Amino acid sequence: MKPAIFTALTLVACAAVLAAANQKPGGAPPAARADERLEVPAPPFTDGIFPCSSCHKDLKPNRTKRVLEQMHPEIELKHDEEHRWCLDCHDANDRDHLHLASGELVSFDESYRLCGQCHGEKLRDWRAGVHGRRTGEWNGHKKYLLCANCHNPHQPRFKAIEPKPAPQRPTRPGKH
Amino acid sequence: MATDHPTPKAPRTRPVSRRQFATCAAAAAAGFVLTACGPKRLYEMPKARLQSALKEMEAAYAAKYGTAVHVSDAPPLAGVEFAYALDISRCIGCRRCVYACVEENNQSRDPEVHWIRVFSMEKGKGVDFTEADPYYAPKEVPEEGHFYVPVACQQCRNAPCTKVCPTGATWTEPDGIVVIDYDWCIGCRYCMAACPYGARHFNWSEPAIPKASLNTQTHYLGNRPRPKGVVEKCTFCIQRTRDGRYPACVEVCPAGARKFGNLLDPASEIRYIIEHKRVMVLKEDLNTLPKFFYFYAT
Repeated sequence: MKPAIFTALTLVACAAVLAAANQKPGGAPPAARADERLEVPAPPFTDGIFPCSSCHKDLKPNRTKRVLEQMHPEIELKHDEEHRWCLDCHDANDRDHLHLASGELVSFDESYRLCGQCHGEKLRDWRAGVHGRRTGEWNGHKKYLLCANCHNPHQPRFKAIEPKPAPQRPTRPGKH
Repeated sequence: MATDHPTPKAPRTRPVSRRQFATCAAAAAAGFVLTACGPKRLYEMPKARLQSALKEMEAAYAAKYGTAVHVSDAPPLAGVEFAYALDISRCIGCRRCVYACVEENNQSRDPEVHWIRVFSMEKGKGVDFTEADPYYAPKEVPEEGHFYVPVACQQCRNAPCTKVCPTGATWTEPDGIVVIDYDWCIGCRYCMAACPYGARHFNWSEPAIPKASLNTQTHYLGNRPRPKGVVEKCTFCIQRTRDGRYPACVEVCPAGARKFGNLLDPASEIRYIIEHKRVMVLKEDLNTLPKFFYFYAT
């Protein structure tokens, strides 16, 4: 009897040790996702260009579609340019705001509402964190970027960039 | 003990019989083997001994690299299973992720170790690794008619690599990260042969990391500097993600193609992608059940 009891006790001890080893180590539960306010960085204005009203307040709006030569010559519209013009997005009367199709004014740090009028499914994905880059915490405070932080609103297509170096090819011993 | 009657034939001083000794010895040996070969190397160590081992490790790294190094043993978070998703329709093949990973995870610069490999593929041919080129080097990306598929560890649920390890040096953590204990790895490279994704990398020489660019925030099972002769791979940036942060590759991607989150959280980005997008895994027919998904957002 004795050896059998001893063996059984040893096995029970082993099982206890194994169970302890397999126990999931504790950890804090992920933070609540209640705080879903969209925190966005500042719109990517060229230095000194905002507020627009500092120049435009004395200028009469010119609604003619034309090539800009005196000011903003760097802006070349490649964003459905056949149908679009500056004042479709920029408000003619309040230059420091954009406007939606409804006429509602939106500030530049809410410009995603303007973009989302046409790109609704992108806005939906962006709000879900699926379109665009997110930084911060996967279970907590997430930082968003505005559409305009990555896409130039006047030429939204991504520009090609230089890739980082290719990996080295494997070398054979004695050869380089 | 069925009876209390003392029997003269079985005195208490009876010596241990050969059979009794052999049985007990076998049971003790079995117990030792069962406990010693269990997969949870790191957590088996008594807490105090682990802490002193980590301190010794930090001191050794500090002496080698001339700066204070923190080695964390942060455990998995409860109720978390990590997963990753990569938008193939957005990746532009710029390799920013490759080098961000090298910096974050203290990969060897010479010989070069890259945990992420970006394959250039032709649009007409689809995802086909026999035709893919990881050495593409044009002036600018994306190239006309090409798309890009970055590949790192797929963190398989049914991981072939962990099954072949003879020392139990690699295993799947409860949060789904396949990890390697570099102190138990004997460098046999069976896991590299077993991995269908080429995601594991071997340190053929002493890894060279410039002292100035060492990432001093490390995890025992992740980016702590490795010795020569061990295998390493992506750990979903275990030192960051167990701290609640996004992996380095997610944060650096200029196209926003990389997504990361908790598979068990119905409100996570990863669940949104799986529920709303066209999702696939690489080499699905091998039944490795990756937790690294590829999707097309457009």
